[in-house]
Amino acid sequence: MTIVPTVREVPIRTDMDIVGVRQAVREVAVSVGFSLVDQTKVVTAASELARNTLKHGGGGTAEIELEERADSTALRLVFRDEGPGIGDVELALRDGYSSSGGLGLGLSGARRLADEFDLRTAEGEGTTVTVAFVNRDPAAR
Amino acid sequence: MSATAVIELDGVLLVTIQGELTDQDAIALQHDLTTQVASVGARGVLIDISALEIVDSFLARTLHDIAGSTSLLAAETVVVGMRPEVAITLVELGLTLPGLRTALSVADGLALFGGSIAAPSEGA
Ligand SMILES: Nc1ncnc2c1ncn2[C@@H]1O[C@H](COP(=O)(O)OP(=O)(O)OP(=O)(O)O)[C@@H](O)[C@H]1O
Ligand SMILES: [Mg+2]
Repeated sequence: MTIVPTVREVPIRTDMDIVGVRQAVREVAVSVGFSLVDQTKVVTAASELARNTLKHGGGGTAEIELEERADSTALRLVFRDEGPGIGDVELALRDGYSSSGGLGLGLSGARRLADEFDLRTAEGEGTTVTVAFVNRDPAAR
Repeated sequence: MSATAVIELDGVLLVTIQGELTDQDAIALQHDLTTQVASVGARGVLIDISALEIVDSFLARTLHDIAGSTSLLAAETVVVGMRPEVAITLVELGLTLPGLRTALSVADGLALFGGSIAAPSEGA
């Protein structure tokens, strides 16, 4: 087993890039043997977070990383922007809260879909959202 | 963009989504369908999403809005062919889409429109 740090970095500047992120994430998820359901969860979470990076963060990047752990592989996605940041994190993570007339399920839903979730932000300082999906015992596939 | 194809079948618009949709495509689809429902006087819209590998909150909301706007024009929208992994993921995302009529296949969906859906159908 090899340790691969950042597999890919995808810019997020237009809504075409959201499609690009979905495709890149799908490819990596397939390459490490994620099940169809898990692929779908990762790609859906990526789509939500990429859209937030674009719409709320004014654009940024998505990094796709693979991390070999003792008995699993983690696919980690890091969404980074230098936008306005999130003043009230608790509110932003609430199901149904949206500052822009959306359903308000993107951030909270991505957190539910992921195995690990981390949000770093401050008003005026941009936002970094990290989600990880763990593929347990990939060797068994 | 040829991400979607629309044909009319006996007063029902049959819409096939053929691949990845950008947000712009989704908004355009909503606009085009609503316009077409009015211009052909369609009684139903059947949207086949079996080619879609994911449905996220934006697309789900767009489908919901299409159903809302066609319903104001007296045409019912039915979404067919959702993949099981998409359904599983949508529920976990927190989206159960109440009010959106679904059917398993195009044939099942068309059967819902039957010979005549002119009779008032409660709510749905
Ligand atoms: N990268 C970001 N930068 C700044 N604010 C953000 C960012 N991501 C999320 N937010 C804030 O958190 C709120 C909740 O995000 P969430 O994705 O749940 O909902 P939404 O994007 O408004 O709607 P949708 O359900 O369509 O995704 C947003 O309305 C926005 O105010
Ligand atoms: Mg969002």
